[in-house]
Amino acid sequence: MTGRVWKYGNNVDTDGIIPARYLNTSEPAALARHCLADLDPSFAAGVRPGDVIVAGANFGCGSSREHAPLAIKACGVCLVVASSFARIFFRNAINIGLPLLEAPEAAAEIQSGDSLEFDDQSGVLTNRTTGRTWTGRPFPVFLREIIEAGGLVELTRRRLAGEEVRRP
Amino acid sequence: MSLTLDILSARAGHPVEPGELIEIDVDLVLANDITGPLAIQEFDRIGRRRVFDPARVVLVNDHFTPNKDILSAEQAAQTRQFARRQGLPHFYDVGEMGVEHALLPEQGFICPGQVIVGADSHTCTFGALGAFATGVGSTDAAVAMATGRLWFRVPSTILVNFEGQTRPWVGGKDLVLYALAHLGVDGALGASLEFQGRTVSALSVEGRLTMCNMAIEFGAKNGIIAADRLTRTYLDDRPGRPEVGPRIGAGGPRIGAAAPRIGATEARIGAGGPAAGPRIAVGGAGRMAAYTFDAARIPPMVATPHLPSNGVPASEVGDVPIDQVVIGSCTNGRLEDLRLAAAVLRGRKVQRGVRCLVIPATPTVFRQAVAEGIVETFLAAGAAVSTPTCGPCLGGHLGVLGPGERCVATTNRNFVGRMGHPSSEVYLAGPAVAAAAAVLGRIADPEEVVT
Repeated sequence: MTGRVWKYGNNVDTDGIIPARYLNTSEPAALARHCLADLDPSFAAGVRPGDVIVAGANFGCGSSREHAPLAIKACGVCLVVASSFARIFFRNAINIGLPLLEAPEAAAEIQSGDSLEFDDQSGVLTNRTTGRTWTGRPFPVFLREIIEAGGLVELTRRRLAGEEVRRP
Repeated sequence: MSLTLDILSARAGHPVEPGELIEIDVDLVLANDITGPLAIQEFDRIGRRRVFDPARVVLVNDHFTPNKDILSAEQAAQTRQFARRQGLPHFYDVGEMGVEHALLPEQGFICPGQVIVGADSHTCTFGALGAFATGVGSTDAAVAMATGRLWFRVPSTILVNFEGQTRPWVGGKDLVLYALAHLGVDGALGASLEFQGRTVSALSVEGRLTMCNMAIEFGAKNGIIAADRLTRTYLDDRPGRPEVGPRIGAGGPRIGAAAPRIGATEARIGAGGPAAGPRIAVGGAGRMAAYTFDAARIPPMVATPHLPSNGVPASEVGDVPIDQVVIGSCTNGRLEDLRLAAAVLRGRKVQRGVRCLVIPATPTVFRQAVAEGIVETFLAAGAAVSTPTCGPCLGGHLGVLGPGERCVATTNRNFVGRMGHPSSEVYLAGPAVAAAAAVLGRIADPEEVVT
């Protein structure tokens, strides 16, 4: 995955990611049109498939609305890098298949407009603008099961149907 | 010991450790008219026809209701139809509906030792009665509705201790805003926040619900307070409680060992542990840290825009004129809150140019407020009193702020654009400070109004 960086600060909240006034629908394309509306009005119009959001601590704090990671994913964002994630946002992103990377140093160094490459198999994040690389730790096995199944709903469906679930 | 570890260990069937991943039975699953439709859509993809136990799935149409527009009416209809299709006995619609986190404790759904998930971040409110209750997303709620189980990462515990007698006009909201100002909005990221101490023991269950309600604003997984005599009295006052107590099942397997501690220089995929970083050493029994606050030093508080952790004494914010006051919500919409606001507003008038909205959190609260003459006090003061709804708290309806407008709200969040236009401002406070602001037209300590 390769993409341009949109950089934000600490405590990006879910009201900032998708304001509640747009929550009268859960249709991903409709949510994507208002993604980051109050934080960065230029984002929804300028974001391109493959782009990366980089932010500081506590990304996704506040409301449990799953519409927040859905909006980001529907914009074509391929990865969110932050120094830390709020826990409900973290769960929601895993459950719906939005890749996350918790990397405080990378989050601090990467700048808006940098070009990033991420290899989700090796966990290596490369800043192609500066040449810096960081290596991520793998998720715990159970979370990788969710991701490999394509989300928690699909994993649960397979388990209930008695299908074999591939253990990573 | 930690209350949360005790509950999760009992449910898992083995002593759990912070960082461990477990999959356990849940006792209650909650969703509303915003998160419910998405949860129902995901539920339908799982392939189970029926929810795991209709009595343990509670749906409350409280956010954009009475419906604010056509799309929100469609969303409310989706939860209504699902409740009918599934035969859910605990579906709450306009008329019986209250703000979910005030409604469920009031109706006796919550008791000590339960494991509760709700597709709403303020589900952590229920910890005030000694339950483990945590907010999740719609997909998690869907899976919990289908299977009655969900995965959790066992949190470490942060103890927040309050000692000393509270000052006049100080309640649970002021205590929690004070602690939040010290710990910060990620001060308990992924952890369990356990409130204790003599001040908390002396606090009413309503005040405790207010405190646990805001645990999420510290980034916590849950807030929790040990059940005591006041808790038991509160539960005994709820006749006809639904049979939704702790399920003692077969436990659950370990599905992941405790995560290793991760150095600050190392990137990681996902969260390696419940701590935000290696700032605080892990102590015994998974305890991360303990804080003690002297309640006697805590004044009526207000959190300035745009973070709930921006708490300062209400007397020290200076001359901040306001346009609107909202008294209500899952944080401060209970009877005790309305009584406190009424004590400030009684015999006084809302300042000309200020809109004061009072929203009892549940129909029962509303009825009691009418019976006690509190609603008459609000109306005589020039306040507007509304049927229960979450409405203005999240900028939904009934009090959306325009450009540059400033509001004092007894709600829980003051992020940019939370209650309306991105240039509007929200100051968070308890009901006494909010009512004082309505009278003076600016933020003030209630002592300035009631001497």
